[in-house]
Amino acid sequence: MAYRRTPLFYLNVLVVGTCGLIYELLAGTLASYVLGDSVTQFSLIIGLYLSAMGVGAWLSGYLSKNLVRRFLDIELGVGLVGGLSAPLLFMSFAYLGWFKVVLYGVVFLIGVLVGLELPLLMRILREELDFKNLVSRVLTFDYLGALLASLLFPIFLVPTLGLMRTSLLFGMLNAGVALWGSFIFSDLITGGIVFLRSRAIVVLVILTAGMINAKSLTSFAEEGMFDDAIVYAKTSRYQRIVVTRSGMGFKLFLNGNLQFSSSDEYRYHEALVHPAMSTAANPKRILVLGGGDGLAVREILRYPSVEEVLLVDLDPEMTKLGKSLPSLVALNKSSLRDARTKVVNADAMTWLASYEGPLFDVAIVDFPDPNNFSLGKLYTRRLYRLLASRLEPEAPIAVQSTSPLYARISYWCIVETIKASGFQVSPYQATVPSFGVWGYVLARRGPDPIGPPEKLPEGLRYLNTDSLGAMFKFPVDMGPVPTEINRLNDQRLVRYYEEEWRRWQ
Amino acid sequence: MNELARRDLLRAFLGAPALWAASCAGRKGQRNVSQMDGGLVLRRERLGHRMRDVSSLPKPSTWSECQVAVVGGGVAGLSAMRELERLGIGNTLLLELDEHVGGTSQGGALPASVHPWGAHYVTVPLAANQPLIALLGEVGAVEEILPSGDPVMAEQHLVADPSERVFYRGRWYEGLFPVAGASADERAQKERFESEIDRWVEFRDAEGKPAFALPMSLGSRDPRVQALDTLSMSQWMLANGYTSPRLRWWVEYACRDDYGTTLADTSAWSVFFYFASRKRAAGASYQEVVTWPEGNSHLVDHLRRGVATRTGHAVVSVETGPDGVSIVALDASGTGEPKVVGVRARYVVMATPQFINARVVRGLSEERLDAARSFEQSPWMVANMQVRERPGGAGFPLCWDNVLFDSPSLGYVVATHQKGPHRGPTVLTYYYPLVDSDARVARKRLLELGWEEWAEVALSDLERAHPGLRNYVERIDVARWGHGMVRSTPGRIWDGRRELAARPHGRVHFAHSDLSGVALFEEAFDRGNRAAAEVARRIATEANDP
Ligand SMILES: Cc1cc2nc3c(=O)[nH]c(=O)nc-3n(C[C@H](O)[C@H](O)[C@H](O)COP(=O)(O)OP(=O)(O)OC[C@H]3O[C@@H](n4cnc5c(N)ncnc54)[C@H](O)[C@@H]3O)c2cc1C
Repeated sequence: MAYRRTPLFYLNVLVVGTCGLIYELLAGTLASYVLGDSVTQFSLIIGLYLSAMGVGAWLSGYLSKNLVRRFLDIELGVGLVGGLSAPLLFMSFAYLGWFKVVLYGVVFLIGVLVGLELPLLMRILREELDFKNLVSRVLTFDYLGALLASLLFPIFLVPTLGLMRTSLLFGMLNAGVALWGSFIFSDLITGGIVFLRSRAIVVLVILTAGMINAKSLTSFAEEGMFDDAIVYAKTSRYQRIVVTRSGMGFKLFLNGNLQFSSSDEYRYHEALVHPAMSTAANPKRILVLGGGDGLAVREILRYPSVEEVLLVDLDPEMTKLGKSLPSLVALNKSSLRDARTKVVNADAMTWLASYEGPLFDVAIVDFPDPNNFSLGKLYTRRLYRLLASRLEPEAPIAVQSTSPLYARISYWCIVETIKASGFQVSPYQATVPSFGVWGYVLARRGPDPIGPPEKLPEGLRYLNTDSLGAMFKFPVDMGPVPTEINRLNDQRLVRYYEEEWRRWQ
Repeated sequence: MNELARRDLLRAFLGAPALWAASCAGRKGQRNVSQMDGGLVLRRERLGHRMRDVSSLPKPSTWSECQVAVVGGGVAGLSAMRELERLGIGNTLLLELDEHVGGTSQGGALPASVHPWGAHYVTVPLAANQPLIALLGEVGAVEEILPSGDPVMAEQHLVADPSERVFYRGRWYEGLFPVAGASADERAQKERFESEIDRWVEFRDAEGKPAFALPMSLGSRDPRVQALDTLSMSQWMLANGYTSPRLRWWVEYACRDDYGTTLADTSAWSVFFYFASRKRAAGASYQEVVTWPEGNSHLVDHLRRGVATRTGHAVVSVETGPDGVSIVALDASGTGEPKVVGVRARYVVMATPQFINARVVRGLSEERLDAARSFEQSPWMVANMQVRERPGGAGFPLCWDNVLFDSPSLGYVVATHQKGPHRGPTVLTYYYPLVDSDARVARKRLLELGWEEWAEVALSDLERAHPGLRNYVERIDVARWGHGMVRSTPGRIWDGRRELAARPHGRVHFAHSDLSGVALFEEAFDRGNRAAAEVARRIATEANDP
């Protein structure tokens, strides 16, 4: 009997070892995704986890009776907490203040439980093996499990299952082994066994339900949709906000559309902001429409003359993220927390129509691409006319205007619409690897269109005055095409845009 | 309401498809209408009943005087008042039965948005309709007038894109004509029909007038055009080989929408008028549409500014004499019992529907009485519901006008569609014309149902496209228009009775939109303006030739 059973003990040790490390890796990965700075996060998690294991080992000394039963219960506990750890952390993404509490709490709890397991196992096995063998085998299988975990995690688990399913799967493994154990070790268990088994079944059911419903939590579909791991996901009143992270940095998506990648957003934002800002003589009051990530504001704040930046973004969740997601705050250099920045959460069109304050010296317009009618509205003649009425007479504006290469008609439609709203336009384009060739419109009312600015602020990573001139020239395949203009009552742009982008999908 | 009563209700007012969908959807966990906020609004049965019994009224206790009295504060009456003022006629007075002016162009307000109770849009006028262009200019809807006379409209006052969609077999499609699954023949019929319209758009009579124009008084009286009025649209379509169910639905939708009648009860003239008067030229697209969250009450608010008005005054008798007109009205504006009051005016403009005129204007000939009584009116039910979130649905996104194929209703419009953000609470205005051939039967059916039943009909109808909608409804109010819209039945336009009813009677002139046979803002405005001009002319002649 004893001999047939021993390999099963080892299997248990292997599972314990594998699962323990998997949970630790999950927590570390999620922590570094969300909180940034992976070195600190990983070392913190590992430290916390190991010390919690110490606490567990110490606590094991207080357990003396009915060890197998205790062991199985603890294994069930690990399965439950570990299995739900990733879903729990995912759900707490949306509440950044709670994320750390949940994170460290979960890591500590798992550490304690795993720390309890090994000493208990050794004590159970002591009945069946001599001490020397026991220690060497148990530790071997434990470390083997760790090796297995560390190989599986990056190579197989994360790419194919994603973080959520990995977590739930290993929880189920833990619980399954515990259930199985209740059969194999039934002779060693004193007292009612039915209750133990039903507990195991309850845990399995919970985790299975988690597997099935994971879609609605943050959705595997979404995990599959993005190439990189999701580190933040929230459905706000207006949109689905998702942040993903990879070795290249992180990316922000709104409704599945890439807004920026931290690796090359500087190109996008320098090109958006500086031509307009450098044209204005002494810009003091700046209006930003859209751009709740705070990255355009970062560029604006480079100008010492700036006294006030008013950012109007529809979604309070977005601007909250720009103020509090650590990696984003690091990227936007705390621009949204700057004393000069004021954030207003409102629909830009409605806000413009009712704004009565002082006029602005520069406006930066950074809305998502016009892929539906409610966004298309923000590219209409009506919007640009309203905007014009809130600007100083010759104030420059810059408008992000989708890609003149992928959506050539759409791009020129925006140019024509701005022109039809009483502006002199200077179309220009830049290359942003994550997006491809990207288009902007620089414009102002007044006698002449704006030429490429002759001076730029210090310390830019992309723009210089040498290359700026070329950005205002368009190669043949991106050149002007005749288009209708986009009006509230006839949103041509949305129809052009849909048509054009469909070809690339 | 128990389930059985509900099923009977839905069968009678929505028909089999809705009943089936409603029973499939089930009502478990759904809110009951009786638990919702709301009620019947614009109730005026009270005064209406008292008006019937004029003979027993005492003599007026007080008399006041004015130069011109206008009776009826709808768009026609308000326009007449504005025009009189523009023509320099002072000392005018408007008498209106309701507590508010506006008539069928009234609006209302819910916390989420203002909204229409009746008329909600005006077609962008063509160059020929300069008075309307000027009026729209006064409210800031016109940016510029081109040398051709055509207005350039301010885009924020136009219906925003996307404007309309139709729910057809479980999915929303852009536009009103359900193209999905239409056979080649059906599409060909639609094209043939459009070219028939274009033929009428191009038509010019011997005087160079177009067949159809807005207002209709600018259109042709050519017998070839008038002949259309002898046929119902369904006869015309049959005679001309238009059999496509989709096309017939689409044309009937226009009839129900504009006249509250079916194909069989609508004059073919009125249908071609509807389509052809809205095109600048053959092949051009239909004129765009101007609207506001509160519908045409936006224009009412503008028209009524500075107008001397007595609301709560039901005029019960109008008697023309050699030097002036005596008006008797029931004044219910104060608290307590209505008082009987008198007004003496040199001239009167009756901007009231003809069925009212038949009762209150004294001394009309039998022939004229018969003409006035020949005007029939379609009853309408309008429900305004405030919803927490906007309905979506599979397929094309939410529009201004959202129509359900196969429904006796006309669907709903979204009050805030021109404004962003396109999320959150809004008000949906649901329109239901009662099209029974016999208008009295239709009126009886309208008044048979109270608030709860009409709310149930509206919600069950829309829930075919928006399951669970009632859980989003924060309030639902219902208005019952017993005499909503003049019926444009065959013969209505050119059988002579309409024109007879419009002729002045002594010192009394007539201005209500029903005299055009088509219920439209343009017609009410034109009738009001013209009646005012005629009265002003008579006053001027009297002054020169005492
Ligand atoms: C549901 C509905 C939707 C509509 N939608 C549109 C639309 O979208 N676009 C459009 O152009 N048209 C629409 N119409 C048509 C609308 O009727 C006209 O646009 C216009 O409002 C008619 O104005 P009116 O002044 O001729 O008549 P009414 O609006 O009928 O005005 C008559 C006035 O006379 C008053 N009155 C009646 N009897 C007396 C009395 N004895 N004493 C004193 N006052 C009296 C009434 O209270 C009323 O205020 C709609 C109508 C309805 C019912």
